[in-house]
Amino acid sequence: MKDISYHILDIVRNSLNAGARMVEIHILEYSQTGQLVLKIKDNGSGMKEEMINKVTDPFFTTSVKKKVGLGLPLLKQNAELTGGRFSIESAVQKGTLVEAVFNLHHIDMIPIGDLALTFRTLIASSPDTDFLYRYRVDDCGFDLDTAEIRMRLEGVSLNTREVLDYVTDAIHANLKALKGWK
Amino acid sequence: MDKIRNLADLRELKDKLQSKTKLRDKSETPEQMVQIKVAMATCCIASGSRETMNYIVDELDKRNIDAVVTQTGCMGYCYAEPTVEVILPGKEPMVFGYVDSRKADEIIEKYIKGGMLVEGIIPVNYKKID
Repeated sequence: MKDISYHILDIVRNSLNAGARMVEIHILEYSQTGQLVLKIKDNGSGMKEEMINKVTDPFFTTSVKKKVGLGLPLLKQNAELTGGRFSIESAVQKGTLVEAVFNLHHIDMIPIGDLALTFRTLIASSPDTDFLYRYRVDDCGFDLDTAEIRMRLEGVSLNTREVLDYVTDAIHANLKALKGWK
Repeated sequence: MDKIRNLADLRELKDKLQSKTKLRDKSETPEQMVQIKVAMATCCIASGSRETMNYIVDELDKRNIDAVVTQTGCMGYCYAEPTVEVILPGKEPMVFGYVDSRKADEIIEKYIKGGMLVEGIIPVNYKKID
């Protein structure tokens, strides 16, 4: 994967396949340690322990159409290439938490990419799932919660171009303000 | 935590959209609409299906075509990603390969609007006998 935004789209797909109704995506940057922490947390069906141990094996997949499953192994590889870490926790019927730690200043660090477009794609294809998108740089940051947006829209589907444009603009504006403050 | 931008202006958007969606309530009957499934697994994303999907969603809206666009998993044609499945009402599903924005434009104009087949179809090479 070329950048972190693609990884997010890819890993969240696992959550949706596991029947998650709520997916939290956290990107936390720490300027002191130069680290970026990516967390993806869902309330899907979860996994048993023996499966957790197998998911980072590229030749393990739950799909019957193909023989490889590269999403998690590629994320793990990209995190570890920067000297970072990768971990996964899961409980059956509770959900799963995937966490990847990247070292931002490492030469092999991939770009963050177009987060707004990833988020837009997620909402457009799963308008009834709740997504919480949290971005922090040290103590500053913003949250974007589609449950809150849905409540305020009072029945209008999130899957309309005007709403998607609104969300994209909001993320762009917030990211710009956040990066400008640093 | 500082909230940089609040959601107050959503109210205006809501009022605008509520009148518009009344016209669009046809989505209750998806089998009568054009259905488009964009494959969105690891292989597809790495080949650019995110851009393809967003292009299709935007263009259908701009060209006033009522369609349901959804994601699907890997269809097993990883060599031909991004792949898109199009189901016109009452017709067999059709899978197109190597769909970048130019190809997507061709599919919308020729196949969805005009009913003409375009190049790049991934053939279904066998069928089960019932």
